[in-house]
Amino acid sequence: MTAEAPVLDVRNISKSFGGIKAVDDVSFTVNRGEILGLIGPNGSGKSTLFNCILGQSRPDKGKVEVNGKPVLGMRPCDLSKRLGVARTFQMLQVFPQMTVLDNIILAGQEHSGTMLGRLMGASDAGLTESADRLIAFFRLGHLRDELAGSLSYGQQKLLDAAMAFMAGPQLVLLDEPAGGVNLTMLEHLKDRLSTYNRENGSTFVVIEHNMEFVMSLCTRILVLANGAIIAEGSPEEVRANPIVIEAYLGS
Amino acid sequence: MALWRNLALVAGLVVLVLAPFTQATYGTYVLCSWLIFAIAAMGLNLTLGYAGQISLAQASFMGIGAYTTALMTMAGIHWIFSVFAGMGLCFVVGLVLGYPALRVQHHFLAFITLAFATLAFLVMRNEDWLTGGVYGLVGIPRPDFGPISTMSQRSYYYFTLVVFLFAFAGFRWIVRSPWGRAFKALRENPIRANSLGVDTRLITLLAFAIGAAYGGLSGSLMAPLVQYIDPMSFTLIISLKILLMVVVGGSGYLFGPLLGAGLVIMLPEFLRFAESYYLMIYAGLVVILMVYCPTGLIGLIDKTAAAFKAKRVARGDLGQGAQL
Amino acid sequence: MSEFMQVLISGLATGSIYALAAIGFTLLWQASQTINFAQGEFVMLQAFFVLIGMHVLGLALLPAIALALVVSVVLLGMVFKRVIIQPMLPHGVLPIVMATIGLAILMREMVKEFYSAEAQPFPSMFSESTFNVLGATVSYQDVGNLIVSAIAIVALQLFLGRTRTGRCMQATAQNPAVAEILGVNIQRMVLYTFMINAALATIASVLISPIYLAKFSIGEPIGLVAFLAAIVGGFNQVRGALAGGLLIGVIDNMSAAYLSSEYRIAGPMILLIVIILLRPQGLLGTSEGRTV
Repeated sequence: MTAEAPVLDVRNISKSFGGIKAVDDVSFTVNRGEILGLIGPNGSGKSTLFNCILGQSRPDKGKVEVNGKPVLGMRPCDLSKRLGVARTFQMLQVFPQMTVLDNIILAGQEHSGTMLGRLMGASDAGLTESADRLIAFFRLGHLRDELAGSLSYGQQKLLDAAMAFMAGPQLVLLDEPAGGVNLTMLEHLKDRLSTYNRENGSTFVVIEHNMEFVMSLCTRILVLANGAIIAEGSPEEVRANPIVIEAYLGS
Repeated sequence: MALWRNLALVAGLVVLVLAPFTQATYGTYVLCSWLIFAIAAMGLNLTLGYAGQISLAQASFMGIGAYTTALMTMAGIHWIFSVFAGMGLCFVVGLVLGYPALRVQHHFLAFITLAFATLAFLVMRNEDWLTGGVYGLVGIPRPDFGPISTMSQRSYYYFTLVVFLFAFAGFRWIVRSPWGRAFKALRENPIRANSLGVDTRLITLLAFAIGAAYGGLSGSLMAPLVQYIDPMSFTLIISLKILLMVVVGGSGYLFGPLLGAGLVIMLPEFLRFAESYYLMIYAGLVVILMVYCPTGLIGLIDKTAAAFKAKRVARGDLGQGAQL
Repeated sequence: MSEFMQVLISGLATGSIYALAAIGFTLLWQASQTINFAQGEFVMLQAFFVLIGMHVLGLALLPAIALALVVSVVLLGMVFKRVIIQPMLPHGVLPIVMATIGLAILMREMVKEFYSAEAQPFPSMFSESTFNVLGATVSYQDVGNLIVSAIAIVALQLFLGRTRTGRCMQATAQNPAVAEILGVNIQRMVLYTFMINAALATIASVLISPIYLAKFSIGEPIGLVAFLAAIVGGFNQVRGALAGGLLIGVIDNMSAAYLSSEYRIAGPMILLIVIILLRPQGLLGTSEGRTV
């Protein structure tokens, strides 16, 4: 694989529901180390596009590849294990009756060894150290042995994001990571995400409604409206683009 | 803390070893059925308490194990082979019964397993050539191991205890392994678990199959204990009884089923005066318990302890994912 | 052919009775996400209320039925909802499943212990005599059962669709949060649903007991068949439960007439499993409203 090959390659994706084109011939690529922001008003086709990237929804036309391999029809667990695609959900998704440490270990345990090996081997699948590193990185160390359900919302959101990184993914899809998080926690979350990206050269795609968050986190932004890309560029370019302003404010 | 826990475990073991000396034959028989039902409840605890998959058919798996052991030992095959056959059969049937859980949850799964329990009962009752029909199978031999016979009630108790300890150790190993973590993740949030690489399909099927195999093991111990089995020992009411053991003890807790099985098995002894009203009182207690204490006894103890600690406020709105 | 017609008509008649119980199932499910595993026992118990009214209190059949209806609506409607179901609602499915199964056993045992373990003859409101239509022998009882169930179902539909209370109940079933904002007293609507369920069970009981006799153990098959009918019909609509009930009634009667009786209950069981697996939204249902 050459250094230039994109991590995520979305090519000519179209998808309609009952005559309404949710996504109309969208193409873009994401390179290693990029944080791509995907923004657009409600109903612009973000979620449909997201589902196509996750292989959960079959596009009418076009294809999606991660590191050159098609995602279509892959079960979520295989997408995670075989292609190294991690994701978070719009709604908070942690395992409330498990400790923070167990949440993190679970996120990594299925990515190495065999099913039987996991039964016979060490109870933590040898992951406690890397889990602890990740917990320390997200500054959740003091909560390590607490039940995830007893954490505050912001802390759970951090944990939610941390779980996505446990398996050392090729591509991380973050669905509204900032939703409902208060201002101080937001800064912390943004700082952790961009530090992680800088230190590990990992690749993110972020869907987010919080403009400040997207603009300061992402390296490149795609603006979707009515199922098509209407603008693309750095945060500054997108912010200044009159088409984007019109799409958001309406005519 | 770990020291205390180990001491408690050793103390518990000593009590289990010494218990029959305080009891006459009948008391020892009750202790045996406690351990046997605890094994069945352990299996259901894995399926229901850890993996969150409801099943109303655990007694049917006990039945499969019991009939397999009865038929094989009566044909002169040693008990030990019949156990593996019975557990293997239950494992396979459990896999099949787990398949619906991939598609439906909650009530629908409850009804499917209920329908399965009814079908299993019909087969046991109607297929006279195999199961002896309503008259059941009589004269199931007790196994012997070289010079050691299990004919006396006390020796059968120790035999049961050894098997129980193996079963418990195996169960503890499973729930503390990464599998146990995957089972819990399936219970708490199957979609997220799947996105993190957990093969939820496989894990769901395994939760049913392993739980069923434990049911089979308990049946294989039950048949030589009572030496007579009939379909009425494996009806829906018995499944409900096992379910009750799990819930009363506290589902999802390692020692829950042990405690629950103890209470549910001892209850009739305390309700002996009630005679034919027994089932009525029992059913009434189930209703009252579920209405006023739906999380079971260990859950109740846990909650009380947490309330006393009260160092942090648990977020009630996030508790939904943990519900069944 | 005439035998087939006969089986078909009596199948429709029993099916319409199953439909009553199945409709109760779906109403409870819609209103409060409650699956009542004691539904069959509700039907079973009513027959004994009537018998007690007749043999202990010395009432005639119709007053005894009226008494049973009142007792049922209070006991199996209001008390059941307030005392048993309501405290468990926040704790998910399992406690309700276990408590209602426990309740079913309790009812069964109480009837067995305090009334009789034997099957009791139950007077029919209709003549047992028959008449001929196109060569098939049809009993007045079957026709009467069909008519009474039809009236009950039509009345229920009119109540739900045409009255203010009925529409409030539907709003509660479809979106309790919005209904509450609009000023609907949700708890009261749910309570009404439970009362209607109890009333439907009484009607079903009065109609079915002359056919199957009143016995403590009759509840289990009735409950399963009613659940099956609800599942077939899609579980979220009254119409579906009606169609499901009729279909199951016909299949049940056909299999009783043409298959071995030992495995009679097995047919509906297998059908239940197959339908849940292949079409969990029901044969007639839509997939909406099934997410838990």
